[in-house]
Amino acid sequence: MNKIFEKGGKLYWLHSSVDAFETFLHVPGTVTRKGAHVRDAVDLKRIMIIAVIAAIPAALFGMWNTGYQHSLAIGATPAFWSDFFYGLLKVLPLYVVAYIVGLGIEFASSQIRNEEVNEGYLVSGFFIPLIVPVDVPLWMLAIAVAFAVIFGKEVFGGTGMNIWNPALLTRAFLFFSYPSQMSGSDCWVALRSGETAIDGFTGATPLAVAADQGAGAVDFMSMFLGTIPGSVGETSVIAILIGAVILLWTGVASWKIMLSSVAGALAIGGLAQLCGGTDIPCYYQLVMGGFAFGTVFMATDPVTSAQTECGKWIYGFFIGAVCVIVRLFNPGYAEGMMLAILLGNTFAPIIDHCVVNAHISKKNKTVKIA
Amino acid sequence: MSNNITLKKGLDIPIKGAAELKTSKAIMPGVVALCPSDFKGLNPRLLVREGDRVLAGSPVLADKKCPDILFTSAVSGTVEQVVRGDKRKLLAVLVKADEVQEYLDFGVKEVSDLSAAEIKETLLKSGLWAGMIQRPYGIIADPAVKPKAIFVSAFNTAPLAADLEYALSGEAEAVQAGVKALAKLTDGGVHVSLCEEQYSSSPLHKLEGATLHTFSGKHPAGNVGVQISHISPIKKEETVWTVSLVMLAAIGKLFLTGKYDLRRKVAVTGPMASEPSYIETVPGMPMKEIAGFCAETEGVRVVSGDVLSGAAVGAEGYLRFQDNQITLIKEGTKKELLGWARPFRFNQYSADHTYFNWCLGWLMPNKKYAMDTNLHGGPRAFVMSDAYYGKVLPMDIYPLYLIKACLAGDIEKMEKFGIYEVLPEDLALCEYIDPSKMYIQDIIENGINQMLKEMA
Repeated sequence: MNKIFEKGGKLYWLHSSVDAFETFLHVPGTVTRKGAHVRDAVDLKRIMIIAVIAAIPAALFGMWNTGYQHSLAIGATPAFWSDFFYGLLKVLPLYVVAYIVGLGIEFASSQIRNEEVNEGYLVSGFFIPLIVPVDVPLWMLAIAVAFAVIFGKEVFGGTGMNIWNPALLTRAFLFFSYPSQMSGSDCWVALRSGETAIDGFTGATPLAVAADQGAGAVDFMSMFLGTIPGSVGETSVIAILIGAVILLWTGVASWKIMLSSVAGALAIGGLAQLCGGTDIPCYYQLVMGGFAFGTVFMATDPVTSAQTECGKWIYGFFIGAVCVIVRLFNPGYAEGMMLAILLGNTFAPIIDHCVVNAHISKKNKTVKIA
Repeated sequence: MSNNITLKKGLDIPIKGAAELKTSKAIMPGVVALCPSDFKGLNPRLLVREGDRVLAGSPVLADKKCPDILFTSAVSGTVEQVVRGDKRKLLAVLVKADEVQEYLDFGVKEVSDLSAAEIKETLLKSGLWAGMIQRPYGIIADPAVKPKAIFVSAFNTAPLAADLEYALSGEAEAVQAGVKALAKLTDGGVHVSLCEEQYSSSPLHKLEGATLHTFSGKHPAGNVGVQISHISPIKKEETVWTVSLVMLAAIGKLFLTGKYDLRRKVAVTGPMASEPSYIETVPGMPMKEIAGFCAETEGVRVVSGDVLSGAAVGAEGYLRFQDNQITLIKEGTKKELLGWARPFRFNQYSADHTYFNWCLGWLMPNKKYAMDTNLHGGPRAFVMSDAYYGKVLPMDIYPLYLIKACLAGDIEKMEKFGIYEVLPEDLALCEYIDPSKMYIQDIIENGINQMLKEMA
């Protein structure tokens, strides 16, 4: 590092940012001061980059699907590369806005706190464009990102201290502040100005269609493949499953949360089906809407999820169950995943508290007997 | 053996430089140091002056709080220098050793004829009481207390640790005498934990007067704290004592020969050790004496103890009182271009699955890494969940909750989450694998110090 950025130098106040760029290029030559003299080669940068890599298939598919939906809407013949580039040009600005606004705030906050810049936002910033409708106005996205990063994360002390998942907070902010742009059947397909959708095309998500017209109106296979309208990255279950495999193989995400979330959704979905509350088969719940993306990428965020092994089972099941409950029994919202995960985040510390306390009191009892 | 305890959690770090089972050198150092910093919480009173003549076993320091606890010279000779630091803090007492060693005679005693009080007195006078460690807190045991039980770990799983079976070969009789002596100090008995794989080959499986346990598993299965938590966890207001096998043998020798004899085999290990093997020496040996074992003269960290929880005493430092291992590792000051972003880093070890060394472990199970002291990242807030740290801690506690309670300085929560059961060394592996690069052992140490202050 240049001398002027070191302590006592003129530009010392900038050292967090300089340090961030420098450590991005190099693993620094810092040595351990005390305690364990050797350290594992893993650091947070590595863990975060794996999460980003895992989401790349979903992002690429989302770009293609944006173009594909556009072609369908205007009645053109879909062509792979032109669809992909159309989507790329639509999604790229979302990325630029999400990263510039979010990283800007992150750098500034780190500087104020005099800490190294945490790489957590690299992941949040990558997820945010994937969970918003492609047609969201960029200024709205900018405001939402700023809100989520400042009030969802920095006020608590930065990455690792936050209670809610910042990416989902961005979406929640958009959803409640600008409901007309965030739901309905127009926001999911990006049209050029002047273009209109052809007759007979619906831009509504299968989730809304199924809630409206019943399960017969949606097709399982296209929902599984992802060739449906929806938020950018959430449509293709196949692409998300590739990400899930990467996350589980590398151990970055918890399989317990994923599995129990699926179990929770199936349980409530199946129960509702048995009781005649709905005609949607319970396994449809897994491929509709944001369930798959939320389960794989959002619920498993290690900071905001449950900490204990037992707590993870409860937390995951809770999320899956609440998601389906909202979908089936709430007339206001077609999708429940975002709310379910944010609620899960809120309850995660309580779940852990109960698990830990139960464990400790059990431990104390057994010792007394012995 | 039926009551074997198998520990599934833990990690053996594949670091290069294990000591060969041979004694390459017997070192009788010219100068031997007695450092108060080797004993946690000791406030020393100096009992000698420069120029005084001492024998091996003559008192040099006493504990101000409990003046019965004496710290004695490991060798005979003359007090050469009293080294003081800031505010006249006593750093070390250097004794110039005689050519021929003379021992203070504590008298050969048949342990079975002695009472608990007599055993205590002999240990206190000889200076071996300093080897008795009290849990909770890891301080020197209070002679006025009767402990619930006394625990000894008879094997070591720390990275590159000395093989105790080799290091103490021929001292089974001394260990036996030590066990007999300590058994009189407690009603709960002396619990000796052996390694399951070495159980039948170890001469200690015939130990009398002790309760034997066997453990199998990766590090930290050999940590006495982990063993206690599986045998009989420490509760609030309970006290147990621990003693290392090396000190136990020294206690036995005191009663068998009447001598304060701390000579021991010390493993010189680590990637920077040119000839990893054992030396025979006494604690307080200046590290200068082993300069010949160092592969490089510059940029080497000299650690007294193991690489996870030893002390970086430096080339000018001394072997600590309790240690029977020295680790030499390279200072990792080199920057690594795009290190974290490379798909593979074959020369860096990671237990985390985001690198692929764990697959490599199947292909080349014997691959060892020349690890250095690089932090491999920058300090961050905790991001990974409690379970991530729990997988290397085979104890019934939630490590992250305990760490955060210590950070917050919340006494009640520290108690609840098990501060009584741990010493920093037990969470050393959590620190090793931490992707947030926190100084976890330091956090625990501060928590323990706070407990000591508030409970006093």
